[in-house]
Amino acid sequence: MQNTHRLAAAALFVAVIVAGCASTPSPAELDQQAQAMIRASFRDQGIATVVRLTQDQGQQACSAPTTPPDAVARQIEADAMATVRWPQGGQYIGDWRVGEALAQNGRGMTWTDRSAAPSANGAQCYNCHQIDKKEISFGTIGPSLWNYGKLRGVKDVADPASAAIVQYTWAKLWNSKAYAACSNMPRFGHAKLLDEQQLRDVMALLLDPKSPVNQ
Amino acid sequence: MSLTPWIAATLAVALALAMPASAVAQQKTTAQSIAEYRQMLEDGNPAELFEAKGEDLWKTPRGPKKATLQACDLGLGPGVVKGAWVQLPRFFSDTGRVQDLESRLLTCMQNLQGFNAAEIAKTGFDKGEQATLAALSAWISAQSKGQKMALPQAHADERRFYELGKRAFFFRGGPMDFSCASCHGEDDRRIRLQDLPNLTKNPGDGIGFAAWPAYRVSSGEMWSMQRRLNDCFRQQRFPYPGFASDVTIALGVYMGVNARGAESIAPALKR
Repeated sequence: MQNTHRLAAAALFVAVIVAGCASTPSPAELDQQAQAMIRASFRDQGIATVVRLTQDQGQQACSAPTTPPDAVARQIEADAMATVRWPQGGQYIGDWRVGEALAQNGRGMTWTDRSAAPSANGAQCYNCHQIDKKEISFGTIGPSLWNYGKLRGVKDVADPASAAIVQYTWAKLWNSKAYAACSNMPRFGHAKLLDEQQLRDVMALLLDPKSPVNQ
Repeated sequence: MSLTPWIAATLAVALALAMPASAVAQQKTTAQSIAEYRQMLEDGNPAELFEAKGEDLWKTPRGPKKATLQACDLGLGPGVVKGAWVQLPRFFSDTGRVQDLESRLLTCMQNLQGFNAAEIAKTGFDKGEQATLAALSAWISAQSKGQKMALPQAHADERRFYELGKRAFFFRGGPMDFSCASCHGEDDRRIRLQDLPNLTKNPGDGIGFAAWPAYRVSSGEMWSMQRRLNDCFRQQRFPYPGFASDVTIALGVYMGVNARGAESIAPALKR
């Protein structure tokens, strides 16, 4: 019984010491501890390996409740813009029907997916955006894309007057961070989530005057 | 998306039972439909089956030591179950760790019953002793139903884990640049038709952290908070979080402390 008391007293003493030491980690120390904790807590599973926890500069800068300083954000945006690969032969527009199927498809890149190849991935669009109004199951994390091309005056995707919005849209899909450093949107081209042809098809869904999105 | 058929079914049931087929019904949010569905099943949440099993597992001598879990200290003293859930995760002086319900149960199953905690942590969900954990978490959380979330922050490590959990919540990574905050950092957002609680603050009674463990109708499974987080990370396209790993516990502290004052409805019924 006495032993138990002594043990309890000793444990309390140790606890107080530990509490005393642990009570004042600085924000920088907490950052380091969080990094170490994250590294120690995950393991590889299928295609989802721990390499995914290695952040690039943009991911790191956008990992706080507050947005990064303006200068940092502008740098991330400029770097992102420099990654954009424009489509072969200046061919921006594919088939809106394939684009719609891709937009509906939310699959890909999880540890239960077999392949990380773009052909195994959906474009995830309806998860976060309204697109064709006929689809009532749409998310609201991103803005509505209903009438995307029509609202921007695209009557003919090949018309030089449409070039600016066509190129903007391609770059947004390729690397969304080119226009907003901490955009919630994945970098579909840059991160190899979709290939060029898939991107063309999604482009068509948004911009082709014949697409149901622009009716 | 697997939720779509279930939502459609729920809407259909709600329409057939209560609503004229009008635009009003179509404008109902998923949350409203689920709330109605919950009401219909009020006396028959399948979670109750798991609760009964969990209570039995708590009181039955099991494991190499053929002991019950009735001496297990969930934070309010050995054997005290009522009210324990709404104060977890918390710091435990015997292990020197902040622990959530599942990691604490692993400690008890190892120390009292002689099970190998590391083995159980490595076991797949719903298999072997993981099924035991799911049932125990259903029963234990049910003993705090209606109570307000009241996670302690008196110990320095509890405050430290809150800070670590906050950092984990905002940590962006993976091929899609997602963090927990990508989906759960703002009010009134949805993925498809699924409402997303803002977990950076108190999202309200019975929402978010105050709703798990829960019975998932879509999969017919009882999910603990550990399993809920595991599937979040899957959809976040992250690698695999260890069961009861520190990142999961720190996130529990962050979400649970943010939810302080919210009424717990666990074990809840989910899509």
